[in-house]
Amino acid sequence: MTVTDSQKLAYVAAQAADARVNLEFETDDGMTLNMGPQHPATHGTLRIIAKLDGEQVVSCEPLPGYMHRGYEKLCEVRTYPQVTALVNRIDWLGSFANEVPFILAAEELMGIEAPPRAQHIRTILFELSRVANISLFLGDLGIQLGGLTIGFYAFRDREHVLNQIEAVTGGRFHPNFDRIGGLKDDLPKGWIAETHTAMQKLRDFCNQAEDLLIGNEIFQARTRGVGIIPPEVALSYGLSGPNLRGSGVEWDLRKHACPKGLAYDKVDWKVWTHPDGDSFSRCWIRLQETREATKIVDQLLDTIPAGPVMAKVPRIIKVPEGEAYVETENPLGAMGYYVVSKGDLVPFRVKIRSASFNNVSIVPWVTRGVLVPDVISILASLYFILGDIDR
Amino acid sequence: MEETPTDDLREEVLAAFAAELGDGLLESYIRPGNDLWIRVTRDAWPELASVAQRKLGFTFFDFLSAIDWLPSPFARDMDSQEDLAVHGRDEKAPTPMTQGYAGGDTRLQVFARLLSMSRQMGITCKVDVPDDDPSVPTWSSTFAGANWHERETCEMYGIDFPGHPNLIKLYLPGAFEGHPLRKDFPLLARRVKPWPGIVDVEPMPGNDDAEADA
Repeated sequence: MTVTDSQKLAYVAAQAADARVNLEFETDDGMTLNMGPQHPATHGTLRIIAKLDGEQVVSCEPLPGYMHRGYEKLCEVRTYPQVTALVNRIDWLGSFANEVPFILAAEELMGIEAPPRAQHIRTILFELSRVANISLFLGDLGIQLGGLTIGFYAFRDREHVLNQIEAVTGGRFHPNFDRIGGLKDDLPKGWIAETHTAMQKLRDFCNQAEDLLIGNEIFQARTRGVGIIPPEVALSYGLSGPNLRGSGVEWDLRKHACPKGLAYDKVDWKVWTHPDGDSFSRCWIRLQETREATKIVDQLLDTIPAGPVMAKVPRIIKVPEGEAYVETENPLGAMGYYVVSKGDLVPFRVKIRSASFNNVSIVPWVTRGVLVPDVISILASLYFILGDIDR
Repeated sequence: MEETPTDDLREEVLAAFAAELGDGLLESYIRPGNDLWIRVTRDAWPELASVAQRKLGFTFFDFLSAIDWLPSPFARDMDSQEDLAVHGRDEKAPTPMTQGYAGGDTRLQVFARLLSMSRQMGITCKVDVPDDDPSVPTWSSTFAGANWHERETCEMYGIDFPGHPNLIKLYLPGAFEGHPLRKDFPLLARRVKPWPGIVDVEPMPGNDDAEADA
């Protein structure tokens, strides 16, 4: 009885999934390399099966689904206020940002607008979650490429941001703070000054990251000219956020199509783009974006208007019949919710458009023909959270 | 009013699509200053993608998915606990099936969203999927990103995408039966155990003066 290649591959895959180690297996037409389902930076569990010819990747196929939790189905049996607790868990490093587009979509359907103070604080928390998310990205980038130092700095300095988020919302990772029509609560006393200090610390961290990592010779050698994504390809795959801007497309939903209910029109900052489209440019854009985000927070902190943080909303929220799609520029890229309401207490259908799903679907395209170590730097630079792929 | 110019923008885009697609464009809906929906025939679906991308500047592929418009055949046991508290445990009268913006004739609809960066606007495209032949031509040759979205839609709704290069399951295990996002697929967790969220149903502080007494 002869054993076929596909049987061997299935066996290897099963072994690898059980043993949780990286296995290699040689077949007649090259080698199959299984990576995962662990992720070195604990962004979730993604498995990648690469077919190799020597050191070169012939094909590389990500297998998501290890963390699929069926949020789109669950949303159909949760009331609108309850959904935010669910969607918090999509991109767990920038949780608050997940709530906002859903709340904005519900507000749009209901014709409610949050008071200016709530919009301001909402935007501040949105940017704080971006800073927390991307500062950890910079640390994990180092960990994945062999420079551990920056990883420790990132965990140290992200704490300053998480403390500020916790001081307002009570939650470090899952604030569940955004409400239809405003926010759960107002800012605590002394928070504004503390946040200014935290933002300065994060700017220092960015300088450190630039010195230690982005400017590092080895880092540059591993990322420059690796994994180039031309702008047309990026657009047709629906890449968004820093991955799209790293390909030279100037498109930031905060600047170019900001939905109602966020205060981005009141601040001044720069949308960074990089013409190269390689791994380096994507990482560099994220570094610049963290700096810009701290500037946005600083500006907003100084101009918070007075007033209530909650609009008048009915106690039991029924959303009128209709459809709405709202997407915002989340830390990972464009995230949107297509909400269909039938005038009930629960949404009829919620389609969650998460950034990482599109960002990772380009992996088979971008890794064709690269060397094995480049797969790591490309995946690291695309930056995904598995909860954001699998939902 | 600020809505007038953006409204013109969407009318203009709609007219351009109508000119390109002819009879393929079935219905449309504009929410002034906000959004645009169009619905096309199944034959015009692939043409819509290439026209949008190559001629009308909708180059950014946002997402593709489907909607099942069938009212949930499950009674109150699938509803949220707060829903039960408001409406009681009585059986709901079966609601008639209605489709959303831009209409529709079938239970299943595939919808996709594209973005034009030059116009700074998005468009939601819908297509009807007949029950007896649930298939829609693939977009993956025009928008490469549609590949994974169609795989997800296929496993979740059981819609076939002829022409797709690799229509295998994305999330679900290979031997999974059924299409979980269809409305007639029960949420089994609710069946085996009442939702623990019921213990959380308590009046919100500060807001409970009038309603709590009633």
